Amino acid sequence: MLSEFRLPALGADMDEGTVVQWNVAPGDAVTRGQVVVVVETDKGAIDVEIFEDGVVREIVVAPGTKVPVGTVLARLETQAPSTAPTLAPAPVGTGPGEGPGVSPVLVPESGVERAGERASAARPRISPAARVRARELGVDVGSLAGSGPGGAITIEDVQKAGPAPRPSRDKAGEGARESAGAGERAGGMREAIAAAMSRSKREIPHYYLSLSTDVTAAVEWLAARNASVPVTERLLFAALLIKAVALSCVDFKGFSGFYREGRYEESPLVHVGVAVAIRGGGLVAPAIMDTAQKPLPVLMEDFRQLVTRARAGRLRASELAAPSIILTSLGEAAVDAVFPIIQPPQVAIVGAGAVGPRPWVVDGRVEPRQVIALSLAADHRVTDGRLGAQFLARIAERVAAPDRL
Amino acid sequence: MKREELAAKLLSLVTGIAPDVDPATVIPGINFRDQFDFDSMDTLNFAIELHREFGVEVPEAEYSRLASLDKCVAYLSDKVR
Repeated sequence: MLSEFRLPALGADMDEGTVVQWNVAPGDAVTRGQVVVVVETDKGAIDVEIFEDGVVREIVVAPGTKVPVGTVLARLETQAPSTAPTLAPAPVGTGPGEGPGVSPVLVPESGVERAGERASAARPRISPAARVRARELGVDVGSLAGSGPGGAITIEDVQKAGPAPRPSRDKAGEGARESAGAGERAGGMREAIAAAMSRSKREIPHYYLSLSTDVTAAVEWLAARNASVPVTERLLFAALLIKAVALSCVDFKGFSGFYREGRYEESPLVHVGVAVAIRGGGLVAPAIMDTAQKPLPVLMEDFRQLVTRARAGRLRASELAAPSIILTSLGEAAVDAVFPIIQPPQVAIVGAGAVGPRPWVVDGRVEPRQVIALSLAADHRVTDGRLGAQFLARIAERVAAPDRL
Repeated sequence: MKREELAAKLLSLVTGIAPDVDPATVIPGINFRDQFDFDSMDTLNFAIELHREFGVEVPEAEYSRLASLDKCVAYLSDKVR
């Protein structure tokens, strides 16, 4: 039978994308989970995976074309009526993507994810900023060898290949925070964030809780562990937080899932999204898939790769659509606590402030201890403050005992 | 390795980790964090790159000595041959 491959919605705040490159041509066999097309969005270039096996019959949308979410990108010949694959619940969009026309988004199994990896290895990886600079300088990115992470093409690579002289030192000093294209991408991303957050504040009755907790033991455990392993195996404190949130979502229902059409549905697996700040403005929150099942070293490596790809503009559609809850850590910004906004259709978001020495009462005496303020914003349509308090306390307990994470 | 050579190499490592940073805009005396929001993940990636490139293992306790390009050059010049 003939099947339509549509541009999936990538979370609540994306309603269009520009097809940049097809990795397949008519006649090619494709397997579920394979990255078949690269789409440029406000969140950077996104690798979009196909959600069923088949043979490509027709490419409908040519590279360079901007289309709304839900548009048929290609048609493929498939075997029997597709048996229900493991799908992430299709995110509800605010734009034209809303409704039955939206393709389901795939949650890849580790095996198929590898197939996509191979498919995407053949073409250049490039950050959005570098892509814009390449366009400005008329540089063909296909001809460049990248020097960035995973062979990614950096601005420097583009400039070396381009004819234009570099900006002068004086000019450079003024614009230290501005890189080429960052403004353009940040503008689109700002609009997307504005749409999603406005919708959240309009529709979701948030309640907020915060809890400060002594994490001295965890900080010491982490320092001792990191001193005894090679640099490549060091953990960040955030990895402990991510795992603690994931395990607590297994313990308590009502925080890891989706609220759609007046109904809450718990996500079968916990996919913790991690808020990643993009230099030049904006943020994305891609998911670490099946977070609760991952041992800390695996989780850390996935987290590291995810942040790197988020900043290089190399995320996958499934990673953007999957988060069932988000963790946002503003510890780097040295604030005490975060009071975050839920990203619909999710129903909860956990915040973390900076870890640092604070006066703390231990056995009736005030002592300097390493303390972190954890916070929770949750959807009152799904849970109440009492359950939220238990959930937050469980996260705090789990972070405080990292050897059990 | 000459000081200039080391500085150039370090700069390319930094912009490799942060591909959205234009190397021409990096000011050697100002902390990476203050210039382009270099965070703990970037610092970890930088330490990993230093290990790959030079075989130097920078302990976590000494991360503050990698805070700016000038500090990196001062810290690494006698460690890198």
